[in-house]
Amino acid sequence: MVTSITSLGRSGLSDWMLQRVAAAVMTAYVIFITAYLMVNPDLSYEQWRGLHSSLPMRMFSLMTILSIAAHAWIGMWCVFTDYVTVRLIGPKATIVRIFFQLSMITITLLYVVWAIDILWGM
Amino acid sequence: MTKKRPVNLDVSTFRLPITSYVSILHRVSGVALFFSVAIFLWLLETSLTSDQGFEWVGNMFGSPLMQFVVWACLSALAYHMVMGLRHLVMDMGYGENFESGQLTAKIAAAVATALILSIGGWIFIW
Ligand code: HEM
Repeated sequence: MVTSITSLGRSGLSDWMLQRVAAAVMTAYVIFITAYLMVNPDLSYEQWRGLHSSLPMRMFSLMTILSIAAHAWIGMWCVFTDYVTVRLIGPKATIVRIFFQLSMITITLLYVVWAIDILWGM
Repeated sequence: MTKKRPVNLDVSTFRLPITSYVSILHRVSGVALFFSVAIFLWLLETSLTSDQGFEWVGNMFGSPLMQFVVWACLSALAYHMVMGLRHLVMDMGYGENFESGQLTAKIAAAVATALILSIGGWIFIW
């Protein structure tokens, strides 16, 4: 079995499953926020802050940013391994792809840290 | 493979079924979303750190350019999510043959279009 060191779960099947579980968590979050904004058209700043500083909401938001990170890592990995290949762009492809993947992973981790900073620093 | 072999597949001359367009757009929207996360986090941060910031986000940023950027990001999310849900249904084994695949692609495209228009109405008009 070929294993890859830049994929998230080191296995296609576990990546596949993780990407789908993450999709479900993100969908729940999007639906929740949309519904919340719709039932509170006159939302105030205090109420909005109150929502986001409550523990359950912090947990939900944290789960969502972790899901985004996992899902995006897996998804972007698929895109890079499809297009940034030796067949399509020549012999430099491997090093270019590794550069893209490390940049993507860095941005992903920055997103997670930023989100935690927002949620717990407010 | 050291020898260059002829490649004869000129994709631009193919007529593709709707399922192909829906699929490649799902990929494009996924990549766009990767960068949109920065916008989403920035909006969340702004709305949570000061009263003025909250008002600014709540009143749709006062700048058409910013409105357009946020609309584009939310549209990518709406499209990607609707098509993603279609994907999950197919992963569970429903709607996998060509006819039903075309039908669900059309339905999902209609739903996504409706959502994208509603988001536009919410941001630009309301
Ligand atoms: C900020 C959030 C998101 C980002 C950055 C993102 C990014 C991506 C990327 C880059 C891909 C790979 C596309 C491909 O291989 O063609 C992907 C695939 C996928 N996304 Fe997302 N996505 C996000 C949110 C969502 C949501 C909310 C759903 C909800 C259903 C979803 C469902 C899917 C599914 C099912 C796939 C797999 C498609 C496949 O296997 O071809 N995504 N996503």
